[in-house]
Amino acid sequence: MSANLLTLAGVHTHIGAYHILHGVDLLVPRGKLTVLLGRNGVGKTTTLRTIMGLWPASQGCVTFDGRDITALATPQIANLNIAYVPENMGIFADLTVKENLLLAARQARRASQMDKTRLGWIFSLFPAVEKFWNHPAGKLSGGQKQMLAVARAIVEPRELLIVDEPSKGLAPAIINNMIDAFAQLKATGTTILLVEQNINFAKRLGDQVAVIDNGRVVHAGAMQALAQDEALQQALLGLAL
Amino acid sequence: MNKIDFDWKPLALVPLLSLLVLPVIGSTSTWLTLTLAGLAMGMIIFVIASGLTLIFGLMDVLNFGHGVFIALGAFVATTVLGLLTDWTVSPDLWRNLLAVFAAMAVAMVVAGAVGLAFERFIVRPVYGQHLKQILITMGGMIIGEELIKVIWGPQQIALPLPEALRGAVLLGDAAIEKYRLLAVLVGALVFATLAWTLGRTKIGLLIRAGVQDREMVEALGYRIKRLFVAVFVVGSALAGLGGVLWALYQQNVTPQMGAQVNILIFIVIIIGGLGSTGGALIGALLVGLMANYTGFLLPKVALFSNIALMVAILLWRPQGVYPVANR
Amino acid sequence: MLTRLLSNDFPRSRVLVVLLVLLLAALVGTPFIFAGVKALNVAAKVLVFVVLVASFDLLLGYTGIVSFAHTMFFGIGAYGIAVASTRLGPTWTALALGLACALALSFVLAVLVGLFSLRVRAIFFAMITLAVASAFLTLASQLSDITGGEDGLTFKVPALLSPGFEFAEQPFLGVTLDGRLLMYYLLLASTVLLLLVMLRIVNSPFGRVLQAIRENEFRAEAIGYRVVLYRTTSSILSALFACLAGAMLALWLRYNGPDTSLSFEVMMDVLLIVVIGGMGTIYGAAIGAALFLVAQSYLQDLLRLGSEAASAWPWLAALLSPDRWLLWLGLLFVLSVYYFPTGVVGRLRARAS
Repeated sequence: MSANLLTLAGVHTHIGAYHILHGVDLLVPRGKLTVLLGRNGVGKTTTLRTIMGLWPASQGCVTFDGRDITALATPQIANLNIAYVPENMGIFADLTVKENLLLAARQARRASQMDKTRLGWIFSLFPAVEKFWNHPAGKLSGGQKQMLAVARAIVEPRELLIVDEPSKGLAPAIINNMIDAFAQLKATGTTILLVEQNINFAKRLGDQVAVIDNGRVVHAGAMQALAQDEALQQALLGLAL
Repeated sequence: MNKIDFDWKPLALVPLLSLLVLPVIGSTSTWLTLTLAGLAMGMIIFVIASGLTLIFGLMDVLNFGHGVFIALGAFVATTVLGLLTDWTVSPDLWRNLLAVFAAMAVAMVVAGAVGLAFERFIVRPVYGQHLKQILITMGGMIIGEELIKVIWGPQQIALPLPEALRGAVLLGDAAIEKYRLLAVLVGALVFATLAWTLGRTKIGLLIRAGVQDREMVEALGYRIKRLFVAVFVVGSALAGLGGVLWALYQQNVTPQMGAQVNILIFIVIIIGGLGSTGGALIGALLVGLMANYTGFLLPKVALFSNIALMVAILLWRPQGVYPVANR
Repeated sequence: MLTRLLSNDFPRSRVLVVLLVLLLAALVGTPFIFAGVKALNVAAKVLVFVVLVASFDLLLGYTGIVSFAHTMFFGIGAYGIAVASTRLGPTWTALALGLACALALSFVLAVLVGLFSLRVRAIFFAMITLAVASAFLTLASQLSDITGGEDGLTFKVPALLSPGFEFAEQPFLGVTLDGRLLMYYLLLASTVLLLLVMLRIVNSPFGRVLQAIRENEFRAEAIGYRVVLYRTTSSILSALFACLAGAMLALWLRYNGPDTSLSFEVMMDVLLIVVIGGMGTIYGAAIGAALFLVAQSYLQDLLRLGSEAASAWPWLAALLSPDRWLLWLGLLFVLSVYYFPTGVVGRLRARAS
């Protein structure tokens, strides 16, 4: 069992005529939380989408648990026990909260078949999910939708969680909720790959960090190291962590 | 449709229209007859339109050739009922119903099978390209219509109702045709089945989610493309069923009927909102009622009245009465 | 000078140039080269359809609007002439009046249709135009007092253009110099003129903006172009040209009925031609119309041969029956959309570059 659950090697992605990823090399170690940092528009979301097969890699190799998943279709990749939370949350607005979760619970055919203990844990992390159980998901506030999106990703145990900016647009109080949730998730041994712009979030949760610029990973290493090196922070991100 | 705040306004349009027309028609018994005829026609149209709106909602495919399944269903029914004449001339209601249901079953199977081929060879190669879809599916309809002419001949074929389904029951002064009652029952059954499947099964959940965000459903691990084919086949089968119902309603079939009913179906799903089954029901009922009321009051403007209805609804809600939130 | 005439929109393919020249020569010389009434009728139909399809290409190929109501304008033009001639007699004034009314009506309807297209999504719009076209057809059949109903209107044309009028004693190169010949050349001149005008329109700044809108409406609006104005203008122009084509058809046939100009078949023919010829090229209309109409006229003869040859197998004979020519055309259509998406002109230009 290799140390890295997910690896990207020399991945290029083109969207139409645009060449977004110019050879991304990324290592996501098992059981740890890796943060992908970078300014706007450098290719963070594209990297996640390429891993999920939503945009095909034009070159390079994506490996999951020793298996080459570069050319697989999105449903196949998801069925390898990978959960994806996109930037726009992907909430089904006309479906109820319950139905959103049921959809994500691949093993359950009816709501009654969902793991009650796990649901209880999710309710403790995200009270809004329980409160609005039978309401259409579209009625939730932005922050509540974020929580629902993450709840969906963890409704069943997954090996890898890929999350795109979970704290975007959240009020500071809610962000703490979210940090708690992820901390608890880490404790269960789930591997997590996070794209984040909120530095606090990244610092408190990240074990490993990779910085992307212009479609390439320009720095990779322990979060601790980067958090302590202000000069490096300035150079890479133009601001201090 | 959710429990918390149900948008009842569009549903109110149906009784509203009926009540508005009552004073204009004058006689209650005529009104009752027309209204029931309208509801029956509406239900038949709904059966056909429900498939098309789901196909569009889920697959973003606009099948301009949906009419070919209607015509196919109708012609298959003529053959089946022709083979079962001793059942249809019998005055026994159950024999008659058995014959009609047999025709419906065969029509649905044939239409579904042709739908499978249609999806594979005509629709699939042009996924995502609306202009080509419009052109190709129209081409498909033309080919289909001509093939029907080859198999059954280019002339119209009479399709008399089975013995026990003819005539009407009297409710006071109003005559309620027996066949129309049957049509309403079948339509209601289809609606109930669709509503149950969409609302209470996981597959239905997948369809409703897929209509909103196809990509996310795939990211959750479901092969939605397989679902597409299934929905297309079911939609085509429903059109075939609708064809049988329509043929018996008109008591004849022509190869052009597909193209003619197609126009009405489009009006219905535009009124209803592309992708909404509930909307299709309301649209169908409104169109059916309108067609019968104007057929009685002002026959010359029948088709125009439906277009006027559509324009009026679009001015009120440009996306149809129950727009599906997505894309 | 040729550059100005063609508005700088050259065929850009040697094969295409040759085809176009041949086509023009054939059309000019038809009365003299091809014997019989049928050839002349086919040629006249080609002329009419070139204008009709080019007008549709303006709407579809250059502006990106799919409208099935196009035949409505075709019909209005035809009925304008037919009704005027029937009601007011076959005089030039009557024709002018009929044409003017038809153009005015087309203008108004085009404005309505154009504005409506902007309020709803493209798919909605396509479906709605289908319904409108169908309704219009029904209307034409039902207003029999004006339009002659299902039977249509048969009428006379001014003396100068009617077959009875001969303006030379001796036949020239074996062809009687009568009003019919004159009518044919009038149609030819009109077609060439209208085609050149359309070339000018699509190559003008206006035309370029249309193409920009077709490619990316949002960006065009963001740059500052009032998309509403451009699309509506394009709808109007397209409708007016279709109307003129209708007038040409009516003048040639000296008859017009709902099926001649408003039927679904005409719309399908136009779609087929624009796809086969090549969308967004204008030249495609010319090549496509010629190919299509010649094939259509002679396809039925071909099918008849085939059907007789296959008489031993009734199913095959039924498939090849000349009455089923639409089946084969439909098949050709579907295959063209797949394998020939850029049409003949597109293919030739791609080869040349």
